[in-house]
Amino acid sequence: MKLIIAIIQPYKLEEVKEELYKADINLITVNEVLGHGRQMGVTEVYRGAKENGNLLRKVRLEIAVNDNFVEPTIKAIVKGAKTGQTGDGKIFILDLKECVRIRTEERGGIAIG
Amino acid sequence: MINAGDTAWVLISSALVMLMTPGLAFFYGGMVRKKNILSILMQCFIILCVLSVQWVLYGYSLSFAPSEGFWGGLKWFGLNGVGMEPYADYAGTIPHQAFMAFQMMFAIITPALILGAFAERMKFSAFIAFIIIWVTFVYDPVCHWVWGSGGWLRRLGALDFAGGTVVHVNAGIAALATALFIGKRKNMKKSVPAPHNMPFVVLGTGLLWFGWFGFNAGSALAANSIAVNAFVVTNTAAAAAGLSWAVIEWMRNGKPTIFGVASGAVAGLVAITPAAGYVSVIPAIIIGLLVSVFCFTAVSIIKPKFGYDDSLDAFGVHCVGGIWGALATGLFASKAVNPAGADGLFFGNPGQFLVQLLVVAVTLIYSLALSVMIYKLVDMIIGVRVNEKDEVIGLDLTQHHERAYTVLE
Repeated sequence: MKLIIAIIQPYKLEEVKEELYKADINLITVNEVLGHGRQMGVTEVYRGAKENGNLLRKVRLEIAVNDNFVEPTIKAIVKGAKTGQTGDGKIFILDLKECVRIRTEERGGIAIG
Repeated sequence: MINAGDTAWVLISSALVMLMTPGLAFFYGGMVRKKNILSILMQCFIILCVLSVQWVLYGYSLSFAPSEGFWGGLKWFGLNGVGMEPYADYAGTIPHQAFMAFQMMFAIITPALILGAFAERMKFSAFIAFIIIWVTFVYDPVCHWVWGSGGWLRRLGALDFAGGTVVHVNAGIAALATALFIGKRKNMKKSVPAPHNMPFVVLGTGLLWFGWFGFNAGSALAANSIAVNAFVVTNTAAAAAGLSWAVIEWMRNGKPTIFGVASGAVAGLVAITPAAGYVSVIPAIIIGLLVSVFCFTAVSIIKPKFGYDDSLDAFGVHCVGGIWGALATGLFASKAVNPAGADGLFFGNPGQFLVQLLVVAVTLIYSLALSVMIYKLVDMIIGVRVNEKDEVIGLDLTQHHERAYTVLE
């Protein structure tokens, strides 16, 4: 089992979701977050007071999958989120120790999907 | 003879109409994504600043100085000759400057209506240039034709009590022109973005409805029975249209929405605007009930079918509602309501309907042609649309270096 965390451009969320549905991945959690990597933030000025390098809005997806779904998930996220410009985001893949479905108390791979 | 009650009512009405522009700012601002709300508020407020100055300098003169020509010319430049004595051809019982101030608020909100069409993608500098040129060469002349002393449509007997054609058809068709030329917003393939703050939309609708009493009842330019009639039919039409939109949604989509009621109320206010001083309450209900049918069809069926991105439905509500209102005036107007008006088709005067048709057609053609030319001119000189990166980040940060909402403290 893996936990896939992806940071993407907010306006790409719809396309990423669509690609994920096509790959039969329906269980995702979405957060709005702030950050920047290579793409610097933009200037803000409030009554003359300048704030440089501020953070940009991003969307963070969390998807827990069984091993055979890892590659399809990565492919779907890349397909939906890639523009080729800086700021497209990143995907992190982490080992996932355990997963529990609260309703049934099932554990492991069966509880993910 | 200056009448204290009339003057007080027109001054209050002017302030009410002024409030409609901030109201519109929230009505529109709630509909855009949260990265663009400040750009909408800013565009509305800068119009308030720029056109208030334009109007006292030369806008009022172009629109209202007496002339049988294309516009009023510069006789009243800088309010020269526009003083405290009443100008009888416009309003015989209030100071001339009170009439000027009332009309100023109309000249401000009209171009503000257009910005719904190109929301979320226009460069701020290009926006200011477009608006100043548009008001000078489209609003001011059309206003002169319909309302100005010696205006040719006024001499033909056109009825436009508070601006159905001058304000709504005029701005609404300009909105369609700009929406077509600026093109769709980016990343709209999958879905139209949801309004980011529906309570703002409702707040804006409330302010518009409130301000509209000044717009319509104030257009009587006196505290008299015509004003009372306009007040009553305005409220009635807005209510009927809000109700009607909700019913349409309930039948078609299964649930009525507050966005629908708000849209319907605004459509009803638009439609009753040209008719408010000439029709009684039953026609007002009919005008209100039907306007939602037409506007709903425009925004929910025609727009998706043709695929233009009139982002906040400036055309679908204001132009479509304005056309219906102007034509309905030609149907339902009655001298029993306003002896200074005329009878419409249903009161035995089909000629009035034809005059109304003519005014609508002239406004549509003139405003469409000029709006396209002005758009092209500004696009050549400044470039109308922001670049793709700025559009993605949002206009608040890229055009104004501000953001509306902090995520972290």
